[in-house]
Amino acid sequence: MVPRRETGTAIPEVEGKMRTGSPKRRLAAGAALVVAALVTTTACGGGGDNGDKNEDGAGYNAALDKVVNASTKKGGTLKFVGKQDFDSLDPQRTYYGMTWDFLRFFTRTLVTYDTKPGEASNKLVGDLATGPAEVSEDGKTYTYKLRDGLTWEDGSALTSKDVKYGIERIWATDVITGGPAYIKQTLDPKGEYEGPYKDKSKDKLGLKAIETPDDQTIIFKLPKANGDFEQFLAMPTGAPVKQSEDTRAKYTQRPFSSGPYKIESRKANKSLVLVRNDAWKKESDPLRPALPDKITVTISANLEENDKRLMEGDYDLDVNGTGMTQSGRVSATQDHKGSIDNIQTSFVRYVALVHNTKPLDDVNCRKAVFYATDFAGLQQTRGGEVAGGEIANSVFPKSIPGHTDYDPYGILERKGKPDVAKAKAALKDCGQPNGFSTKITARTNNPGEVDAAEALQEQLAEVGIKVEVDPIDGAQSSSINGSPKVVKERGYGMIMSGWGPDFPTGQGYAQPLFDSRFIFENGNYNESEIKDKEIDGLFDEAIASTDPAKAKELYEQMNKRLIDNADWMPFIYEKNISWRSPRLTNVYSSAAYNGRYDYVSLGVVK
Amino acid sequence: MTAPLHEPTAEAAPSAAADPAEAGARKVEGRSLKQIAWNRLKQDKIALAGGVTVLVLALVAVFAPLIVGLLGHPPNEFHQEELDPLTNLPQGAFGGMSSDFLFGVEPNKGRDVFSRIVYGARISLLVAFLAAVVATVLGTLFGILAGYFGGWVDAVISRTMDVLLSFPQLLFIISLVSVLPDDLLGLTGSGVRIGVLVLVIGFFGWPYVGRIVRGQTLSLREREYIEAARSLGGGRRHILFKELLPNLVAPILVYATLMIPTNILTEAALSFLGAGVRPPTASWGGMLRDALETYEHDPMFMVFPGATIFITVLAFNLFGDGLRDALDPKGTR
Repeated sequence: MVPRRETGTAIPEVEGKMRTGSPKRRLAAGAALVVAALVTTTACGGGGDNGDKNEDGAGYNAALDKVVNASTKKGGTLKFVGKQDFDSLDPQRTYYGMTWDFLRFFTRTLVTYDTKPGEASNKLVGDLATGPAEVSEDGKTYTYKLRDGLTWEDGSALTSKDVKYGIERIWATDVITGGPAYIKQTLDPKGEYEGPYKDKSKDKLGLKAIETPDDQTIIFKLPKANGDFEQFLAMPTGAPVKQSEDTRAKYTQRPFSSGPYKIESRKANKSLVLVRNDAWKKESDPLRPALPDKITVTISANLEENDKRLMEGDYDLDVNGTGMTQSGRVSATQDHKGSIDNIQTSFVRYVALVHNTKPLDDVNCRKAVFYATDFAGLQQTRGGEVAGGEIANSVFPKSIPGHTDYDPYGILERKGKPDVAKAKAALKDCGQPNGFSTKITARTNNPGEVDAAEALQEQLAEVGIKVEVDPIDGAQSSSINGSPKVVKERGYGMIMSGWGPDFPTGQGYAQPLFDSRFIFENGNYNESEIKDKEIDGLFDEAIASTDPAKAKELYEQMNKRLIDNADWMPFIYEKNISWRSPRLTNVYSSAAYNGRYDYVSLGVVK
Repeated sequence: MTAPLHEPTAEAAPSAAADPAEAGARKVEGRSLKQIAWNRLKQDKIALAGGVTVLVLALVAVFAPLIVGLLGHPPNEFHQEELDPLTNLPQGAFGGMSSDFLFGVEPNKGRDVFSRIVYGARISLLVAFLAAVVATVLGTLFGILAGYFGGWVDAVISRTMDVLLSFPQLLFIISLVSVLPDDLLGLTGSGVRIGVLVLVIGFFGWPYVGRIVRGQTLSLREREYIEAARSLGGGRRHILFKELLPNLVAPILVYATLMIPTNILTEAALSFLGAGVRPPTASWGGMLRDALETYEHDPMFMVFPGATIFITVLAFNLFGDGLRDALDPKGTR
């Protein structure tokens, strides 16, 4: 399972000073001149006040819990910019949160998240289906009725069989790679079905767990109840694909639209242009206002430059939704405060304490880390309370059921400051009264992560815990941090990283992190390597439960146990500063999409 | 001072006896090459200024703990109370410069920029100097062998140098650093990185020295005094190290001096790209990289390491240039 990592990366890309065959001294003198020029230009360019202020935005934090510039006016071009391209436009293959948000322009699913601001977005409503499923008494049968008038972009009718075919594609794991496998694991845990491309039946609809008695009805039969099953169907993996249009591995280049827009042009890592899909009928789709005539996405690698162009009005918003750079947010706070929102994401910044590395196998050594960490210092390093986020006390972020105020180490009580005396006492209990040595990894492409690791290094040194910081390439983290073998070989005791939920429930957030059955040889995210039968049992019980209140209680128990055992140390509930162009209408932050603006509702004034 | 380096010609080196041209003009008594060079160097004010700067930098690097103890804070100590809580930039003008923090503080972390510049000098100078030593030793050895023996020895060594000169050194070092283990040859942590940087920068630098030494040797070995040594029955070792090498010292010394600033820049570039020393060890290139994120709002944080690199490289180049002029009687000045 490949969970959703943050998508924005900000490694400064610069040309290296390559040595050529020219005389060395001339090169040295030339390079010295370059440095001098750099120094001079920055000295002159300082200040950053460019005078021309944008028209006023709707106000700081205006789009957090209400709709800014509500409008039904159609027309205009909505312009996105981003550093990182979509991972895939194939609904069954994407795993980036930003893509899931964006895909709603041309992809519909049986159910989807409500187009409402803030926490209200977490509610699932019918999209292709008339409403949420009728669930049988035992929680194993889900029945949906499809709306009337559903169409594909060629005008043909969209039926329940198209939905089934699209979902079947998840099983073709040799061709359809990259997407989440929740539906497959739930409907066919043993992996008996081979996928539509190897399907022997004539209509290629051989998957027994899904039935389509008629074109308007679809029934899912689960071998075991899973209270989050509808959440799985709301992910793009639950989207229909028309069999005659399925170009398999190439589908990502030109997916066939079921929504109000279709793809006009697509250049990977450069651009995407959407235009109206005339075959889409508004009557069949109460959720999507479909305001702009055209939608453009430009991929551009320089984050600072992107921020500047957003503020100058060349683009409307950042498609990655990872917040502005430090330099961008300083300018924006000074000059355009009405056009930014301080968004609470569902990301948690954490340090995994690797149980397989001595002496962190000892609970008291881990507790010493909790006591010695200056959470306020880490928070400041990541941007402070506004741009960084609030200090964390619970392994679950606030928007996920399972979060509580439980704070046995007094982190919130001391406002994040360390308790050196208790840390030393814990070290004594673990048989390391003078502290110990270990290593921490931090990803160089995540802005501020190495800084935070250095801060932690300084803080832990106060009690004698000597930490060596090993910056790693974020693109390789799944084979370094994600490989228990490599972690063991290199002797990493701590892994700093960030995590966001696949869907807003305890299972969607926590299972890859804490369930011992999710420890993999590669791409492992149970980085602490927690092997706790009680935690595993709590997952089974909570997932089987169809009562959200009961599940919440179980996840709260899980939180208490993880914190008591100091298994995994969260330190920040991440916030960011996001740019919202004054040109935009119908803007609001959607908790279901990790705090990003709800792209499908947006319009522009001109 | 901006002319490219002319390879010092053969006449640069021979002993005073062989070349009385200028030395004998004013005074009758003979002066050694050293004296001549020193006299010339003394008259070159710019080169002297460069030399003094280099000396000061070396002293700063050696006595870094003392200087920081007097004028700064420990280089890795966080002072986040010096930052604006909202923007995470230093409070106060000019990057938070004050009597307490002479060069201000870093954004986000609040570490003392002055202390980090001072400690950064240690890494920069150490790596640059040791790498120059490695390159000079290797270059001299192979250059002299290639020049003296000629034939297949020359062919092999010269082609090797060609290959190394066309090697994408920076990319190679970046990939090497990321695959090397943390513990190597008894070194740990930053020690490994420094060792690797020294060896790799030095290794890729030797062909530059090697070419010059080879060229010099080629012309020197035909000289009469070598002939004489040979006819008097001098062995190969004697001719190589007792006759040839002393006469190669001047160009080697000049080249080694001029190689240090290039190495400083290479080290800075590698640190800038994240392949230098490990955090939290301070390095100038690493500081420049950190400064990139906020240069618009906190330009001073970029100015200090940038200016330091600039001054250091300039000083070494001026000094090296002066040294070359002083050692080269045929120079135009």
